[in-house]
Amino acid sequence: MTRFAISAAYMAVLYAFIFLPVAVLVLFSFQDGRFPIPPFQGFTLKWHLEVLSDEELMVALRNSLLVAFGSSALALALGFLAARGLATSELPLARTIRAALTAPLSVSYLVIGLGLLASLNLAGVGLSLWTVAIGHVVINAPLCFAICTAAIGPAQQQAERAARDLGAGEWAVMRFVTAPMIMPALVAAFLLSVTFSWDEFIIAFLLSRFDVTLPVEIWSLLRSGLNPKTNAVGSLVFLISALAFLAFELSARRR
Amino acid sequence: MTARIDIAGITRRYGDALALSGVSLTIEAGEYCVLLGPSGCGKTTLLNIIGGFADPTGGRLTIGGRDMVGVPAAKRPTTTVFQDYALFPHMTLIDNVGFGLRMRGIGRAARNAKAQEMLYLVGLKGADRKKPSELSGGQRQRVALARALAVDPDVLLLDEPLGALDLNLRRSMQEELKAIQRRVGATFVHVTHDQEEAMAIADRIVVMNAGKIEDQGPPERVYREPATRFVAAFLGETNFVPATVRQGRLHSPLGDLGLTTAPEETALTVCVRPEHVGPGRGAPGRVKVIETVFQGVHRRVRVAPEAAPDLHLQALLPVGMDAAPGDTLDLRIDTSHVTLLPAGTA
Repeated sequence: MTRFAISAAYMAVLYAFIFLPVAVLVLFSFQDGRFPIPPFQGFTLKWHLEVLSDEELMVALRNSLLVAFGSSALALALGFLAARGLATSELPLARTIRAALTAPLSVSYLVIGLGLLASLNLAGVGLSLWTVAIGHVVINAPLCFAICTAAIGPAQQQAERAARDLGAGEWAVMRFVTAPMIMPALVAAFLLSVTFSWDEFIIAFLLSRFDVTLPVEIWSLLRSGLNPKTNAVGSLVFLISALAFLAFELSARRR
Repeated sequence: MTARIDIAGITRRYGDALALSGVSLTIEAGEYCVLLGPSGCGKTTLLNIIGGFADPTGGRLTIGGRDMVGVPAAKRPTTTVFQDYALFPHMTLIDNVGFGLRMRGIGRAARNAKAQEMLYLVGLKGADRKKPSELSGGQRQRVALARALAVDPDVLLLDEPLGALDLNLRRSMQEELKAIQRRVGATFVHVTHDQEEAMAIADRIVVMNAGKIEDQGPPERVYREPATRFVAAFLGETNFVPATVRQGRLHSPLGDLGLTTAPEETALTVCVRPEHVGPGRGAPGRVKVIETVFQGVHRRVRVAPEAAPDLHLQALLPVGMDAAPGDTLDLRIDTSHVTLLPAGTA
């Protein structure tokens, strides 16, 4: 009995450690007062409404969604094509190529961001949402590639062979056989990319100028001090991340 | 739809290894041809070359008179029943079977009708909406067959199609395959390492070994008059008895094995099937039983002839005839059914 109690207590502490900050953030976004700090002075939706009517925040939110979905679609397309190409053909350096494609997963976002910034300057490309999206493709394509590579096995290759035998061209093989067979992995890779892009800050900060994504906009809000509005917008970010993650979990569980 | 296959001097190299060395073969249109051989003999490589899944290092291949070297699998008049079936797990049976027609731009109604007809042909009527995962191994095999036949191929390639099935199912599928081949009329090329399957099903058996064709012809001819020692040993069991020709007769350590027209003094190997060694008087005469195995339809015995005790013979005796290790029997080789091969390694 005591063992159970200790376990339960341990678990409660652990979950509190993980979720308390989020819970506090959400709670004080409803604070009826000027500061998001205890004591809780009463419940209001004022700050949420203020967020929703804040033109700049809403533009940043739209930018973030555009970048997240656009860059994830591109990252998935690149990752899938690379994974399939390496699985299908017998390239002499396949192992090395595979390693080189997944290696960026271990490089810090700061380094990638600085590198891209330098490269873009060198190429004379001005900073915009496009450059942020490029940065997010760079970080998410290796992830999509790794997930797709893991999903493409002998079963897919045999089915592809059969499809070719029955007259399918390469495009038809991908569209009717490979992609549908690994659909759960494709959905998972896409949703994971969306969540990563959605709350990515450093690269988005380094590679944007006038049009910014939501995390960058929030960061500039924070510079003028804490208030329940920042909590409200944080809650919003959390809500969307949680929804994307939930979708990812559901898609992963279907298999 | 059917077509003749001409294979001329096909060679296939994998690095230093020679999987096929100068194979030439003609398979007539509408023929059921079985490529038979031990694993690694090159039979699957040859099938892959016909199907377009591997390129020959050298040689020519034509199907229905059209040169096929360099033509991708998708553009060949061939389809394949793969060893692992390779069905599309995300599609229903009707979509699996209709896939080839879809790739040929046939509309849904027409391809579903044809797919249904094919599922009916292979005995899977009414299973259209099932997924491959709901089927047994034998049923998947049938779907793979229906899928390959749905596009009316000139040539159907079968890669060890019955290998994963249990013995009874295998035997009944053999008959069905043969019947289906008669109905659709396409040229079938079937790879197997099972001699019984090959003999039961083939119009023409091609026996391969180490990248070469050892023998080819109708099953009965290949079995009864094997061209080489390898073929004699691979297709069923054979006793090899050395012999020399003297005065138009075969002299062997077992005694006189009858008349021959072979030139005088040539050294030969006489191939004797166990079923042609039975009770009777003649060569080898008195033998001592070493081992017996009861096999239902007959009793298999290994015997040491008194005339040459080191030259063990396998014989099939009628079940009514008792034989236990240590017994002595009188046996006789039926010399009208022996095959003569040159002596030595051949």
